[in-house]
Order: sequence, then C-alpha cells, then structure tokens
Amino acid sequence: MSRTIAIEPVTRIEGHARITLQLNDEGRVDDARFHLTQFRGFEKFCEGRPYREMPALTARTCGICPVSHLLTSAKACDELLSVKIPPAAEKLRRVMNLAQLVQSHALSFFHLSSPDLLLGWDSDPARRNIFGVMTENPAMAKDGIRLRQIGQSIIEMLGGKKVHPNWAVPGGIAQPLSEETRDAMRKLLPEGLVIAKRTYAFYKKLIPQFAKEAETFGNFPTMFLSLVNAKGNLEHYDGWIRIKDAKGDIVEDMVPTDEYPRIIGEAVEPFSYMKFPYYKPHGYPRGIYRVGPLARLNNCNSCGTPFADVALAEFRTLQESQPVASSFHYHYARLVEIIYALESMDRLLRDPDIMATRIRARARSNRDEGIGIAEAPRGLLIHHYRIDDDGLMTWMNLIIATGHNNLAMNQGVKQVAQEYVDGSKLQEGMLNRVEAVIRCFDPCLSCASHAFGQMPIHVELRNAEGHLVDQLKRG
Amino acid sequence: MSESKKITVATTWLDGCSGCHMSLLDIDERLIELAQQVDIVYSPLVDGKHLPETVDVGIIEGSVSNEEDLAKAREFRRHCKYLISLGDCAVTGNVPAMRNLFPLDSVYDRAYQENVQHNPLRPNDGVPALLDVVKPVHAVVPVDLHVPGCPPSADTIWFVLSQLLEGRVPNPNEVTRFGA
Ligand code: SF4
Repeated sequence: MSRTIAIEPVTRIEGHARITLQLNDEGRVDDARFHLTQFRGFEKFCEGRPYREMPALTARTCGICPVSHLLTSAKACDELLSVKIPPAAEKLRRVMNLAQLVQSHALSFFHLSSPDLLLGWDSDPARRNIFGVMTENPAMAKDGIRLRQIGQSIIEMLGGKKVHPNWAVPGGIAQPLSEETRDAMRKLLPEGLVIAKRTYAFYKKLIPQFAKEAETFGNFPTMFLSLVNAKGNLEHYDGWIRIKDAKGDIVEDMVPTDEYPRIIGEAVEPFSYMKFPYYKPHGYPRGIYRVGPLARLNNCNSCGTPFADVALAEFRTLQESQPVASSFHYHYARLVEIIYALESMDRLLRDPDIMATRIRARARSNRDEGIGIAEAPRGLLIHHYRIDDDGLMTWMNLIIATGHNNLAMNQGVKQVAQEYVDGSKLQEGMLNRVEAVIRCFDPCLSCASHAFGQMPIHVELRNAEGHLVDQLKRG
Repeated sequence: MSESKKITVATTWLDGCSGCHMSLLDIDERLIELAQQVDIVYSPLVDGKHLPETVDVGIIEGSVSNEEDLAKAREFRRHCKYLISLGDCAVTGNVPAMRNLFPLDSVYDRAYQENVQHNPLRPNDGVPALLDVVKPVHAVVPVDLHVPGCPPSADTIWFVLSQLLEGRVPNPNEVTRFGA
C-alpha cells in the first residue's frame, strides 16, 4: 500500500513551499516533490506599462536580489533603445552587481546556513538560527552581519537605498560617481576581504566533517549552465552562455544570450507554481541542469582575480577531474565568489574611467523586443520584453535563477529522502536533512515565490485511506 | 523555556518580495541589541516555532493575494496583541495589487500557457488558489499600525521597534512615506 508524506512548512514560509514524499509498499521513498505555492503574475501585470518603469518595477520581484532584477531589466531596456551604454555606466553596474553578490551570499552562508554548519544538524531547533550563532560563536555572527552590511552599504552609496535603489535606467545609470563615494566604497573592501578570507579558511577546515552530507545532498550528475566572459572566465554581468555536462565536456559554448530560446525551454508540473526550465535539445526532464555558484565555478576557466583563483583551484580538488557534483558544495562556491566579488570591485574602482560623467545613452525605443541576461547570486536571470510603438509593454517572460534549479532541487530532495527516510517512523533528523538540501541551493523563492531560512515543518504520514498514521512537527 | 520578560515578536510575509524583511536585517549590528530585548518567536529569520497563543507584536509584510495569505493574516490577528502592516504591499497592495487590473485567467495563462514549451497547464495540485482581488492587510483584518515604504528603511524599522519597546506608540509618518 503506497502512502504519501507531506512535509508542510506551515508557518513563516507561509506554506509558500511544501514537500511531499511518495512511499512504496515497502515504506521506501519512491518519489519526492518540492512544491512552490506562491504565484504573483508579473509577466502579465506589467503589460500596458511604459518599459521605462520596468527596472524599478521588476526589482520588486525580489528583495533579496533586487539589484539582479534592476540590472537585467535595464539591460533588456538597453536593447529596446538599441544602445551600447557608456563604459563608466557598465563598470558601475558591475560594481553594484558584485556588491549584491557579497550581501546575498553572506546572507545565505552566515544568516541561514551557518547555524547548521556550526551548531549541527541535530542541535536544538529553537537555537539553530543566526541569534543562536550570536551566542555560540559571536565573532562569526558579527563577521556575517558586517560582510552583508558592506555589500548593502556599497549598493546604498551608489543607488541611495539598500533595498530597491532606483538607479539603473534604460541606457545607463542615474548619476555619475563622485570621488567621495568611490573612496568610501574602496575603504570598505579590505575589511570585507579579511572577513571573507577568514571565513573561507575556517570553512575549509570544517569541510572534512561533512563527508556524508556532501555525498548525499543533491549529489548527482547534471549539466551546468552559466555565463562566461570572452576568455571563458567567471562572469556575472554580461557574456555568453556555456553549458558543461557532468563529465566536464562542453555542450554549448559562447551562445549569445539572445539565443536563449533555442537552448532553454520551460515546463509546468501541476504540483508547483515554479516552472521547470530544461535544456531543450535533450527534452524534458532529461535536460536537467544546475545554475548558480556551483555551476559558475564548474564552468569557468578561471576567476581572474588572485585570491579567488587560489580558492578555485582548491575548490576543484573536491572532485578530481570532473565538475563538482554535490550540491552541498554550493556553500563552498559561495565563499569563493565572495572573495572574487571583493577583489573585482577593488579592481573596477581603481579604474579611472569609472569617474567619467557620461553615464547614460539617451534614445527612444528603437526596437520592439529586448532580452536582458545576467548572473543573479543564484544563477542565470532572464528578462525578455516586447513593446508596442508607444513603448508600452505587450509581453514579458521572466526566467528566474532559482527556477533553473527546480528539477535539481526535486531530485536532491528525493536523494536525501531516500537516504534518510524510513517510512515506518519519522525522525527529526530526517526533516533537518530534507530542508538542508534545499538550503544548499539557497533558493530565492521570493523571486518565484518566497522562502528562506529554516522551514518549520509539519510531516504527516497517512495511509491509503487518508488516516493519520504518524506525525512529526518541527518548528 | 523559562518565562522571560522579553517582548515577543512574530513576523511573516504574504505576497511581498521579502524586501521589507531584508530592510529589517539591515539594522545590522543593532540585531544583537534587538535580540537582547525581544524574542523573535516566529519568523522566516529564525527556526520556526508555532505562532504562540499570544504574541506581543506581529509584523506582516506583503499583501493578501491567495488563500494561504488570507488564512495567515487572520491567524496573526488572532494571536498578536499589536499588529503592524510593514511596507507598501501590506499597507496599500502596492505592486502585487497591479494584477487586479487583469482578469485572473489571463494572469495564469501568461505564465502557464503562453510562456511554456512543455506541458502547459495551470498548477492546481496542492497549491493555493489566487484570490480574485489582491488586498492590503487591513482590508481583511484590523491593523494597529501602518508603516509605509518600499521598503521602509532600516532606520524607520528601528525607530518603530524602539518606540514600541519604550512603550510609546510610534508615528512612522515622521520618518517614512509611501514609496520611500
Ligand atoms: S513594500 Fe516593497 S520592499 Fe516591501 S515587500 Fe512590497 S515590494 Fe517588497
């Protein structure tokens, strides 16, 4: 008799996400599903609005990575204008994008994941949060708060606000950089780099403890998709799409971002509001791939900044001669990227060109279709717009970073559930692991819904008649 | 847990972007101070607990857009002595309410029929249905304090919380406005 277990985060994720596990006759997990239960409708309700509103409006998709939406939208609008934006504007957009990478990765690592890593998967759930870390390891908590603050402060210095700055505009950015602002930003970077390196060294020592997690937390072969720059190096703002397979062979390379519809398709499943992107030539669901920090580090030839390249070489020893397959190592990849972002910002801010006062190309709309693509902290983000002759939006498609990982998150949940769930009885530890695998991906469900942090979970085990056999509440 | 004298706070997000919660985190090192004075008993920011029977202050981000949002807003009202609408989405409906201009079917169809290459269908298996009309929080339950802003700045949120901790009723209009 087959049964279903529903893992229901009834509270602050406000049921935006839910997991169900299908058990077979032997009480083993047959299938697992990760349900996203929030849908907002941006692609429709932006219709009829002037395209110039899109950067500020679509940023409201997500308060965790608003800069990604702001910039990707502005890039789609640059295409509508048919302009190449001034170099200073591009460089400053890159700075803001990297600042966001720092704050978002810091949030994921310190505020959300470090409680598991430091206090343990089976520690008291009431204390397993950033406030628990504050008592257990105050220095680490302070580092996390400060590193996130450095990222947020640079965003604020450039755009006037930490969350939702109205700064990137079609054709460029709103204001040129002042010397005071540049100097103030540069002053923050050394401290950030010290924190980032310290955390990286600390985590490297911790890693051997997590061998079991690394083996089972979403550890399976998939393709990896990311942007790379002209040299095939790490890239977050522009560039071309590269796809590698699980063995590390290149499947697609230097694909201009405008050609994304050829390689990326979207599928729907009845159980989730989050769609399932897939690699079109392989079909659905065989065309599974992963995006985000893990994919970017697996795909790039090098980072291109000194310390990040040292860290990248160490990252690659996690798995010999193949892309790193375990989703657990998203954590590791995030720390490498924080270092990269701080080093890159420093390089950009030393460039005298960045002070140029020409920061905006002015034009009216010259095309009726525009595609903007960038790497958000969690992976490739696509904004695709069409407008009419009056510059009003007629159609929009958004493919959100977290969405690309949807197939992989489902498979990861299944893998962990098969490892840890014994259908005859439910254990707290099982719940921790099932939610932890999702946390590895750092899903920004805000973009596609909302969910972050530690999910309060309610698991019900029901028999075929729907009677409650067992239940477990965490949270 | 021992009975502490700390003020209990619960936070939640409905149909918002989580930006208001990010702004709360932007109080940065004041988080440590906050943790000494209040117990965050239920929130995306901490390991969840059930909403306790009584909570001193409830904070809601986001508008009421689907059936679960509605249930959550009501649950918060039942359990929280003092309820705050945080941010323009909670206060006015803001961005989420822009979909009120479109027939619901067309909102679903754009996402799940038109912009899909495989298996177009409307998800309906265990996902909450959207309400016909997106509403601000106070349209479904009484709210004690409105704090506008998109998002309200960290300083605004800190002002509101510290006034409450001092037993005063804050006047957010001094420090924030719609769209701030
Ligand atoms: S008010 Fe603004 S920042 Fe807050 S949830 Fe709504 S869109 Fe996000």
